[in-house]
Amino acid sequence: MTIHERIADDLVAAGIGFITSVPCKQLAGVIAEIDRRPDLLHVPCNKEDEGMGLCAGAWMGGKKPCIIMQNTALGVTVNTLATLIQFYRMPLPMLISYRGELGEPVACQVEMAVHTKALLNQLHIPTYHFHRQADVEELPKILDYTFMCNKPVAILTDASFWGGY
Amino acid sequence: MIRADIFRDIAPVIRDHLVVCNIGIPSQELHAIDDQPTNFYMLGTMGLASSIGFGLALAQDKTVIAIDGDGSVLTNLGTLPTIANNDADNYILLIIDNGSYGSTGDQPTYAGRCTSLAEVAGACGCDHVVECAAEETRAALETAIAARRKTAIVAKCESGNEKHPVIAMDPVVIRDRFMKAVKA
Repeated sequence: MTIHERIADDLVAAGIGFITSVPCKQLAGVIAEIDRRPDLLHVPCNKEDEGMGLCAGAWMGGKKPCIIMQNTALGVTVNTLATLIQFYRMPLPMLISYRGELGEPVACQVEMAVHTKALLNQLHIPTYHFHRQADVEELPKILDYTFMCNKPVAILTDASFWGGY
Repeated sequence: MIRADIFRDIAPVIRDHLVVCNIGIPSQELHAIDDQPTNFYMLGTMGLASSIGFGLALAQDKTVIAIDGDGSVLTNLGTLPTIANNDADNYILLIIDNGSYGSTGDQPTYAGRCTSLAEVAGACGCDHVVECAAEETRAALETAIAARRKTAIVAKCESGNEKHPVIAMDPVVIRDRFMKAVKA
């Protein structure tokens, strides 16, 4: 089984039914796998705050949501996380490619990488960092935790994690 | 007619449907004119009424009316291609286009100058786009609801606001009440 199949399996097993995404090269395999799953309605969005709005609506409509995005977009979602997802107490797992970490070839990606955990910390968003292959084993518990506490939860997946597969 | 006049006119039509209402004075006006458990009031997050409504329409079968403003659509223009490219025949986007940012002091928007949101929506691929005068909004809504097809309505009205209290309901109460209405 590939890591992409495993992550898609975990999303389905957690009862997630609605996924929105803005692509990242590191997340291409997961996005392709999601598109092969009839249980996962995938609605690509044009910007991550728009995607969080879609997720909020989908959740109120009875579908557990998930957003797939890159860490460079965290800045444009701060207001939405605070005034929609957190203010109304909504669950939102965020599967985030953590660009700008070890192995990164593009220097500019580092500029948001150095702010990523600080922003998540400032927003009091529970954050999990997948760095080694085995870290994926925590994904089912992280998803359950997200829908238990009705909070946004960040899963940062770096190049070492993806490179391990 | 100003926005609040449209709300009074369409209240009997939207009352029986799920409504996601735009931030600020639009939500305050709708709340004061005809509060319903089927109304989701946005207390923050300018621009996302259409997106929240669309996610809701994709997730369940009841008709959803997202009430947005021209300024808010302009701040989230990416919403229109998403709406156009995904199927949800239970979704109606009602853009109350008064050509101004009403909640912040009626500063003019570009929709009030040379930008046509109806043409933008059409160019984004929205199949059923109706631009109408404020007085025709109710009939346009009734037609869209009866046809049960994804429709974007751009209702042109005058700039202006009514003075109503800020919504004091807790956001979690708004959301919980709304989710129970969605399930009912």
